[in-house]
Amino acid sequence: MADLRSDFIGIKSPNPFWLASAPPTDKEYNVRRAFQAGWGGVVWKTLGSEGPPIVNVNGPRYGVVHGPDRRVLGINNIELITDRPLEVNLREIKQVKRDYPDRALVISLMVPCDEDSWRTILKQIEDTGADGVELNFGCPHGMSERGMGAAVGQVPEYIEMVTRWVKQYSRMPCIVKLTPNIADIRKPAEAAKRGGADAVSLINTINSITSVDLDLFAPEPTVDGKGAHGGYCGPAVKPIALNMVAEIARNAETRDLPISGIGGVTTWRDAAEFMALGAGNVQVCTAAMTYGFKVVQEMITGLRDYLDGHEMALSDLIGRAVPNVTDWQYLNLNYVTKAVIDQDACIKCGRCYAACEDTSHQAIAMKPGRVFEVIEEECVACNLCLDVCPVENCISMRELDMGEVDKRTGIARGGYANWTTHPNNPMAKAAE
Amino acid sequence: MSQARLSPGVVPGRLSSEELAVNFADVAPLMDDHEARIAADRCYFCHDAPCVTACPTSIDIPLFIRQIATGTPDAAAMTILHANILGGMCARDCPTENLCEGSCVRMDAEQQPVEIGALQRYATDGLMAQDGHPFRRAEPTGKRIAVVGAGPAGLAAAHRLAAKGHDVVIFEAREKPGGLNEYGIASYKAVDGFAQAEVEWLLEIGGIELRHGQQLGREITLEGLRAEYDAVFLGMGLSGVNALRTDGEDKDHVTDAVSFIRNLRQASDLTALPIGRDVVVIGGGMTAVDAAVQAKLLGAENSTIVYRRGQDRMSASRHEQEHATSSGVRIICNAAPVAIHGNGVVAEIEFGYTQDGPDGLTDTGERFRLKADQVFRAIGQQLADAPQGLKLTGGKIAVTASGRTSLPDVWAGGDCATGGDDLTVTAVAEGRDAAEDIDARLTGRPIEIPG
Repeated sequence: MADLRSDFIGIKSPNPFWLASAPPTDKEYNVRRAFQAGWGGVVWKTLGSEGPPIVNVNGPRYGVVHGPDRRVLGINNIELITDRPLEVNLREIKQVKRDYPDRALVISLMVPCDEDSWRTILKQIEDTGADGVELNFGCPHGMSERGMGAAVGQVPEYIEMVTRWVKQYSRMPCIVKLTPNIADIRKPAEAAKRGGADAVSLINTINSITSVDLDLFAPEPTVDGKGAHGGYCGPAVKPIALNMVAEIARNAETRDLPISGIGGVTTWRDAAEFMALGAGNVQVCTAAMTYGFKVVQEMITGLRDYLDGHEMALSDLIGRAVPNVTDWQYLNLNYVTKAVIDQDACIKCGRCYAACEDTSHQAIAMKPGRVFEVIEEECVACNLCLDVCPVENCISMRELDMGEVDKRTGIARGGYANWTTHPNNPMAKAAE
Repeated sequence: MSQARLSPGVVPGRLSSEELAVNFADVAPLMDDHEARIAADRCYFCHDAPCVTACPTSIDIPLFIRQIATGTPDAAAMTILHANILGGMCARDCPTENLCEGSCVRMDAEQQPVEIGALQRYATDGLMAQDGHPFRRAEPTGKRIAVVGAGPAGLAAAHRLAAKGHDVVIFEAREKPGGLNEYGIASYKAVDGFAQAEVEWLLEIGGIELRHGQQLGREITLEGLRAEYDAVFLGMGLSGVNALRTDGEDKDHVTDAVSFIRNLRQASDLTALPIGRDVVVIGGGMTAVDAAVQAKLLGAENSTIVYRRGQDRMSASRHEQEHATSSGVRIICNAAPVAIHGNGVVAEIEFGYTQDGPDGLTDTGERFRLKADQVFRAIGQQLADAPQGLKLTGGKIAVTASGRTSLPDVWAGGDCATGGDDLTVTAVAEGRDAAEDIDARLTGRPIEIPG
């Protein structure tokens, strides 16, 4: 049976599933229950500087996007960092870590962007026994307006500066949590690395308005008739997170920088995908907030079964898909496929036809008896029919054999060739 | 236990009023908002959807389901009612298994169709519970049209004609409008007086006068109507009941299933309604099922449907058959009555097993008897007293696809006319389409394509 024990930048945990710094990890009661449920680690909800506690809104903190059957696809929040006194959090962290020495316990931090504030907070957390710190440079609301969170994460120079302070004043492993609310995710990751970060974690939440109340004409969540953008997370953000993780994993400057993957991890499969794209472990929040701590048990058994089925160790999975992430210009333009509809599996809904006829290439014929057939002369292999088909595996893409003529272009399939050498490319390099 | 429960003969009060209330409750209660959203989410919004093709009234089903899914059930109801003004009743009594739901692509996918009928009821009930009528009449045309029969065909025709600005008079033989919706279907399919409520709602459009006690050939004649009105629509249904032509058919407690169903629907106190201990229903259609199930629900110890052909030939849908058997009704197929025994009152019925072959139905010669103190005939109805001057085909008024009869100013639809199955939804389609054709004929306006 696959061994799920994880060593992430020297922080050991019985499995690679950590709870992200968020409401579920705000206090001892929750974290103990999370550990009892089987979570490998926890990033404690972000601590701020000593002083008057943080104030939260007293109306709704969360907005939601529902799928069918009120399935939670995405949640946004306008909650701030912990609103409990620093000394209470520190005492609880110490107690929990003492009782769960085998679990990872990382403290998330967010203090004003000056050296003294960071030196002070690092000193204060020193004897909690925590395994590391995560620098919250990501929160897009509330704190960012006070020069913290995403306000730091959006300026690579600040990231580098603060990371350097942290490494200077603490022996703890340091994870820099990145905001996705930025044009190029590689820049803050590079800055974190330059500052001496041991790892980055991403993504934090995405600036968002989940919906608009069409009676109040106010964004959701609505607080007394007004709304502010919040941070979006959950299954809906996973594709964005996967791309950002992959960008860092394949970037020459950062490819050896460990990544803790965050963003819509809901099942073992999501976790495996993040890890295949280079994440050394994953952090979860929305799935726990939707279903409770017990979801980790499915993640553990699922990942274990997957690894066993593929005869892989956990370390074999990490980064395994990274070499296959490339740029468009290197994709093989001579790779030709055609849609094939399995007539036995087809339930004759006609969605492939409507999609192709109305919005694509008119490459599906509707024949008497609601028989839908691909017109290979028109099919560009766009995949839309397969995507909208409600029956799994009913439509597949057949790869043309080498030398087989593409009926659409009349050209026989040749070997690998990409845009960089294509005759239509004015920048094409001459074939050598 | 009620004392009358096991009494021999045809007696009232086999079950308590509490038991009867449970037995005759709504067979398929209204979905709530959440159930409807879940059910609506299952629709694939098929291209040129098979369910629409299967619906005699061509309701745009994917559209109305999407309107429910997106939180606009009133818009969904309008989509339905525009094509089928009796969409509320059809949601209750359509054999959806044979029509929309039977053709749902989810049948291929997982043998569980989208619950189209229940969703239709959710939408239409919601709209009809609101004040006011959602359709407006066009400018008056000054044309007057006579509609014979206030059943589904006549009501659908009348509403469409009134909407187009014509003045309509409906001549109805019975006390109440609604036709078979009021008199001819099992009461658990349309509880709480829905048939009457629906007619009242429909008439709110205005321009429709309903006259009761007006039977064609008795109080009114086709010639008289033709002379007085610009057009006549005949939708009086079938009033004759086919006979068994079996020895002993004249014995007491051998009656028509339609009368039993009608009496049951009109009964104010079901504990006073007599029912046999051993009930046998002869036939294989919806009427046979409705009679046999309701006999069981009234407290009959044994209720048996006997059908002369194989079960696959029964015109009652598979869903109806399963409803019957799960209600405790026994279904015997390939058996035809040969004699009804009893001393003045039916006591037993004798059947011969049949075989369905290339030469039609043949008697195998093998006999069996069923104990029976009440027998219901449910072997179809016929058009009694067809008016003179109309061409008939197969005993029904011959009509074109748009309901034209052999007389230029007379249209017909519903069960009394040829074309389509004898279903509420078919009658609605025929009434509606005839109304469109009448309007086009009288005004020269183009026919509105439904749906």
